Amino acid sequence: MMPLAALFLRDIRLAVRIGGGAVMGVLFFLIVVTLVPLAVGPDLALLQRIGPAILWLGALLASLLALDHLFAADYADGSLDVILTARAPLELAVLAKAAAHWLTTGLPLVIAAPVLGLMLNIEPKAMAAVTLTLLAGTPALTLIGAVGAALSVALRRGGLLLPVLVLPLTIPVLIFGVAAANAAIVGPTPFGTPFTILCALSLASLAIGPFAAAAALRHGLE
Amino acid sequence: MALIDLANPTRFLNLANRCLPWLAGLTAVLFAAGLYQTWFVAPDDYQQGATVKIMYIHVPSAWLGMFGWTLMSIAALGTLVWRHPLADVAAKTAAPIGAAFAFLCLVTGSLWGRPMWGTYWVWDARLTSVLVLFLMYLGMMTLWRTVEDPSRAGRAAAVLTLVGAINLPIIKFSVDWWNTLHQPASVFRVGGPAIDRSILLPLIVMVLAFTLLFVTLHLAAMRNEIMRRRVRTLRLQQAGAGAGG
Amino acid sequence: MALGSHAAFIVAAYLITAIVVLGLTVWVIVDRRAQARALADLDARGVRRRSEPARARTA
Repeated sequence: MMPLAALFLRDIRLAVRIGGGAVMGVLFFLIVVTLVPLAVGPDLALLQRIGPAILWLGALLASLLALDHLFAADYADGSLDVILTARAPLELAVLAKAAAHWLTTGLPLVIAAPVLGLMLNIEPKAMAAVTLTLLAGTPALTLIGAVGAALSVALRRGGLLLPVLVLPLTIPVLIFGVAAANAAIVGPTPFGTPFTILCALSLASLAIGPFAAAAALRHGLE
Repeated sequence: MALIDLANPTRFLNLANRCLPWLAGLTAVLFAAGLYQTWFVAPDDYQQGATVKIMYIHVPSAWLGMFGWTLMSIAALGTLVWRHPLADVAAKTAAPIGAAFAFLCLVTGSLWGRPMWGTYWVWDARLTSVLVLFLMYLGMMTLWRTVEDPSRAGRAAAVLTLVGAINLPIIKFSVDWWNTLHQPASVFRVGGPAIDRSILLPLIVMVLAFTLLFVTLHLAAMRNEIMRRRVRTLRLQQAGAGAGG
Repeated sequence: MALGSHAAFIVAAYLITAIVVLGLTVWVIVDRRAQARALADLDARGVRRRSEPARARTA
């Protein structure tokens, strides 16, 4: 377990020091949420209604764009080769990296969401629901995105390719995340149904994501 | 002839050359029969009138859109598990053809929807799922286009195809769920529970004709792709010889 | 075969399908010609695959 813990701690340290991308995601999230009222108008009733959707879209884009560098930096400095040849299974290494990435970019988004929710006039109870769905759903986004990040390293291509490939795969998470948040606010469906499915999606991506990402890395770099 | 024999591209090319004229001919015959049935024999629907004729191209296109991804998934297994040398050729060439049929499904669906729903596009569950499928095809084609080395692109595409294959039923399920949430009553259903035989028979002929069309186009495109890779190898070889000598 | 009031939509659907199918067919044929020409060109310049010393291609 030691090498994986070391990898996990290293990734967290790299993310929070100068040059790391930990704060960038939150900043991007803030800008996206600021842009929406400027586009649709400052009608508070409307913003309240579409608020959960805005927060979810912002979090989705922020967590995906931050993923571009999940493996790219390690590939550039050669440490990815060390990880590939290490005795620890590559799947677990991917999982450790994804966990570190989620803690440094996904979790800040979840924490920032209630603050941004105030700007969108979302009520406290609804805000709790949105935050809870983001907490349950962002790990799935990170794990699905990890597959895309592994592919873009394997293909030596970054930029827009990653979101183009990965965004369609995140549609179920988005649907059930927003649905659960809305269910808590307006009903009519109970909060539990979509929320349970959202959790199931996160667990499913936990089961599939590391294997797919590891396969992409192995086949891409051999 | 076993699948392993086809691993030799030359043998595959010979087989393709022999099969293609027959396949093309059979496709043409089936289309003639199917189109005759749909235009001159099949009755109009009592509710939808003549617009039911669109169904005979809409349903086969939807089927081929899904068929294409299934084919790519099997080819992806061929690339990753069995390392069959033609598997990524099959996967690469299936993508644009599958995308074309997914696109046709969307266009005919909205042309059918306009008289039925009064609007070209509704966020109907079925149309939305096919739209996502179409987007995934486009992503796959972009992937193939961005990478020069076909074998590396092939392995990455294989991983993504399989992840997509796992995801597609989930997407279908979530879009259906999302749809019932927002539109409680379904506007119309294709055919309904019991399709009359007078409509079913032409539909089966058309589905067969479209499927054969897909197979023919795919085989021809695979042949082209093998030739393209030969050209690429020869050019690289020539460039290498030029640099070396 | 009266098409009723929605004839335009039906004809458009069949027309677009025909165009797309025709487009795919033309793409396949044109691509085949281009690759065959490239191979013949390389062949004429003496660049051959090791397995086919004297090419007698029907393509």
